[in-house]
Amino acid sequence: MAVLIDERTRLLVQGLTGREGTFHALQAARYGTTVVGGVSPGKGGATHEGWPVFDTVREAVDRTGANASVIFVPPPAAADAVLEAADAGIEVVVCITEGIPTRDMLPVIAFLDGRRTRLVGPNCPGVLSAGKSKAGIIPGHIGSEGSVGVVSRSGTLTYEAMHQLTRLGLGQTTCIGIGGDPLIGTSFVDALRLFAADRDTEAVVLIGEIGGSAEEDAAAFIAEGFDKPVVAFVAGQTAPPGRRMGHAGAIIAGGAGTAAEKQAALRAAGVTVVESPAEIGAAMARRLGASGGRRTDGARG
Amino acid sequence: MKIHEYQAKELLAAAGAPVPRGAAAFTADEARSVAERLGGRVVVKAQIHAGGRGKGGGVKVVSDAAEAERAAEAMLGMTLVTAQTGLTGRRVGRLLVEEALEIDRELYVGFVIDRALARPVLMASRAGGMDIEQVASETPERILREVLDPVAGLRPFQARRLAFGLGLAGAVAGRAAGAMLAAAKAFRDLDATLVEINPLVVTAGGGVLALDAKVNLDDNALFRHPELHELRDTAEEEELEVEASRHSLSYVRLDGRIGCMVNGAGLAMATMDIIHLAGGEPANFLDVGGGANADQIRNAFRILMADPNVTAVLINIFGGILRCDVLAEGVIAAVRELAVELPVVIRMEGTNVEKGKRMLRESGLNFTTADTMSEAADRVVALAAG
Repeated sequence: MAVLIDERTRLLVQGLTGREGTFHALQAARYGTTVVGGVSPGKGGATHEGWPVFDTVREAVDRTGANASVIFVPPPAAADAVLEAADAGIEVVVCITEGIPTRDMLPVIAFLDGRRTRLVGPNCPGVLSAGKSKAGIIPGHIGSEGSVGVVSRSGTLTYEAMHQLTRLGLGQTTCIGIGGDPLIGTSFVDALRLFAADRDTEAVVLIGEIGGSAEEDAAAFIAEGFDKPVVAFVAGQTAPPGRRMGHAGAIIAGGAGTAAEKQAALRAAGVTVVESPAEIGAAMARRLGASGGRRTDGARG
Repeated sequence: MKIHEYQAKELLAAAGAPVPRGAAAFTADEARSVAERLGGRVVVKAQIHAGGRGKGGGVKVVSDAAEAERAAEAMLGMTLVTAQTGLTGRRVGRLLVEEALEIDRELYVGFVIDRALARPVLMASRAGGMDIEQVASETPERILREVLDPVAGLRPFQARRLAFGLGLAGAVAGRAAGAMLAAAKAFRDLDATLVEINPLVVTAGGGVLALDAKVNLDDNALFRHPELHELRDTAEEEELEVEASRHSLSYVRLDGRIGCMVNGAGLAMATMDIIHLAGGEPANFLDVGGGANADQIRNAFRILMADPNVTAVLINIFGGILRCDVLAEGVIAAVRELAVELPVVIRMEGTNVEKGKRMLRESGLNFTTADTMSEAADRVVALAAG
């Protein structure tokens, strides 16, 4: 099993005909993902790299049975692309786009409330279910199949964690980049809920960073009874207050949102918090060894 | 993007919010003529992108135009150090001269985006003029909140509820509610991430005015507000950060000695952290982005090297879309072009890593390579010290 996407996923690419959309659609297909087509308004009826292109998401869903979509649409139109996918009933929408205005995301998050659509992102690397499917830009070759779930606000730090785990023979179920923006569709808590319900996920790596209180919320959720081992790293221990560190959401505002507070909250919830980003994999290996979890050799299907 | 108080007040006034009469002044002469036009007592306020100006000598009440000119002369060009500027302070290049008011009450009004709720929130407090974070931590009961509709924004009944909640009555409450509605309009229409009026004052005559104002704009939304671009004051920003922004690089200058170049914001922060754990201090945060090309790598390297504090460089790249061979090409070109003599430690992983490493080896340049982040950090810290 995996969460969010798996071998039953039928992926639609919004913005397929663009440079990024084309490249990552091909990469996803090469990884084994069932890519069923693309949406590029005004280019409906065309064929791109062998895939049918549609003008609207609704038409694409009707014709291809798409149940997931990945969005590579420029910032001014990206929020609307999420709304269109949700309106068409797509179950999992992964928005890669970085730079969407916060005001555009406010009505999107409100619109999704109570609907069946789950949004991942924006400003994220997407989702990869090892050996099954990927929606986004996570390089497929750094992961391996296994039993560790990964959830992270950062892109390349997700890759770093996956790489460390894979090297130590700790494969992954699903790796979720939730995104570095202040307003995102899937929180740490949402991801932990999914991992809690997934039989194959035995442990979770959680990678947070400065800004906001999503890590504190995750800590509270874990303390309430999340019973799988969690290893966490919080980036930005040396970040100065009041400065935005690359991600729109990575800022210590008014003295709140520091790495130290987040680390303390996670530790108090029983999470193994590593100070060094180089220790993520090793800490998980120790934690699984100590808790009697089985190590996987990357060959499990 | 941060803007000055006088710019924030102009934007608020354009949205219909009441602000004191006044104008910006760039010279002592201008300050005098603004004061003459206003007549009577005026306040001369230093315009820098940091709060706490009053305590640092950046705000002066004067009784006439001649005194305003003298105050302006003293303030312009001075380095103002406040609790928010850090020890180096900020050079004052602009002033705001406005009418002095007889103040009866000082209130706080602030609009922010609540990340957990994914809603705009309006906060109001009777503790105006104080640091709101301090009020929030010490006496949270003194802060009233209204959660706003994500599309419609602030409703009039919510503004009234806050005004009455602040203990205002009658016409004054109506004026305060009106000021909040106007500020809400500015918050939304400008794509602001923060609108703070602290204090919103009630004058002895029952008027309601924004005595101080702070507006932060959403960088991601500036593409649809071309008129706001000119409000940027690059004199308030670190020179190298301005240069980096021209090349779409995300750079924050820090005060350590190890320059870093990383792809991805999270990995860039993590790299700073691991340098610190190894006993060194990072000179900067620098994210070259996921899709950087050899040209951008060269620009990034140039900016990194322009910081005279840098004694060693750590490059940490996890190649996904950015391939390791492209990185190697950019770094080799930059090191040759800039005749870099400082030690450069490179750790790469991911797509085309073997090809990238081979290019570095065969370049004949003196790179130190490392296989893991911790090894890279240990090496660069040792080299920076030596």
